[in-house]
Amino acid sequence: MFDLKGYGPALAEGAVVTIELAFLSLALAIILGLLGASAKLSGNRVLTGIATTYTTLIRGVPDLVMMLLFYYGGQVAVNALSDYLWETREIDFFFQFDPFISGVVTIGLIFGAYMTETFRGAFLAVDVGQIEAARAYGFSNWHTFRRVMIPQMLRHALPGVGNNWQVLLKTTALVSIIGLTDMVRVAEEAAKAERMPFHFFIPVAAVYLILTAGSELFIRWLDKRANVGVVQGN
Amino acid sequence: MPDFIADWLNTNDIFTAMTIMEYWDGLVTTVHLVFLSLVLGLIVAVPLAILRTVKNPFVSGPIWLYTYLFRGTPLLIQLYIIYYGVAQIPGIQESIWWEIFKEPLYPALLAFTLNTAAYTTEIIRGSILSTPNGEIEAAKAYGMNWFLRMRRIILPSAARRAVQAYSNEVIFMLHASAIASLVTIVDLTGAARNIYSRFYAPFDAFIFVALIYLALTFILVFAFRKLENHLLRHQRPANS
Repeated sequence: MFDLKGYGPALAEGAVVTIELAFLSLALAIILGLLGASAKLSGNRVLTGIATTYTTLIRGVPDLVMMLLFYYGGQVAVNALSDYLWETREIDFFFQFDPFISGVVTIGLIFGAYMTETFRGAFLAVDVGQIEAARAYGFSNWHTFRRVMIPQMLRHALPGVGNNWQVLLKTTALVSIIGLTDMVRVAEEAAKAERMPFHFFIPVAAVYLILTAGSELFIRWLDKRANVGVVQGN
Repeated sequence: MPDFIADWLNTNDIFTAMTIMEYWDGLVTTVHLVFLSLVLGLIVAVPLAILRTVKNPFVSGPIWLYTYLFRGTPLLIQLYIIYYGVAQIPGIQESIWWEIFKEPLYPALLAFTLNTAAYTTEIIRGSILSTPNGEIEAAKAYGMNWFLRMRRIILPSAARRAVQAYSNEVIFMLHASAIASLVTIVDLTGAARNIYSRFYAPFDAFIFVALIYLALTFILVFAFRKLENHLLRHQRPANS
């Protein structure tokens, strides 16, 4: 139906890379978001300060600048560490900073900041009575967190997490800039070589559209399930 | 200039007067590009948002499709399609349009404008739809026609409710504009990339530019907070 001039398999592999990147970044972002939200709600001033600095800094700087900083800066830092270890302890240590890992770390860190705000709001939405009840049953802090807070906050967090996921998916396109062969990069190379920009970019745009539209449906279904026990007053 | 700043500028290799000027030019380009695309985007978005709330599906449908396509795909792809695509339109290189579109600034401006207009349309539509019904009924009771209602009642009150979400869109646009550097525009990020590759100093080049973006973001947040306080002053509690 659509002649991709032999770039079809490369584009398909690129699409898989994009999806892997998105899911790994999401996992990192959720972990960072839970840590950040717990820190912000801990009442400890140092932890709150660290989490606030993190979210403020990340949300004030463009994704692309962060990505360039981590990718190029990460390699310089590894080189410096490698030199230092060799000169002082004769330890041979080196690794090439990989665009995929840089991408996951950067996107994870960026969306971790957004998830922190989402989870913070969701934790605050859990009824205080539930926490008091858990205490009354003798639950420890960790137990209350895992058994009462997490399951009940998920329902409130879901719409926010869904929005962040949609934005995250689209942000993965940026990783093509630091040299990851995702579908955007394959399309760019193909478009330049064949001088057919529409021919290669429109299918990639369509894949993104399918991913965002599919996620939208899935999130809507999850949301329905999560709210099954809630009577909505209309 | 205080002495310590002058000393610092004289003793470091990277932040010389020349590189500072490069960052300055980049800042001017970024502000120029973001400001123009936001203004043009807003001009496009207001009528689209109004038409998007019209009941006729032949009017609202195409606008829905436009916002869906532009919000569902990455801005980077939109930029690439426009930047690489324009040159491929048959006959354009001989036409007068080529004078404009061979500069990378205009394809970028077009992509950014279309993208922000799509998001802004949905923001304004949302706040139009959340107009309290009583206000509309009151306007009808006064005998206002659709046009007058829109102009005098619905749009002013929708604008107030849209400011919060729109400020997020403005900051998003500022950050998204960094990708202009990928189509050879020397904006802030472009300047930082040039300076990085000249000195191989990623931390200096990118942290400095990150701080400039951070400062711009803070200025925008502050300005929008002031604007919002001003627009919503009638809702403030009486004793504050």
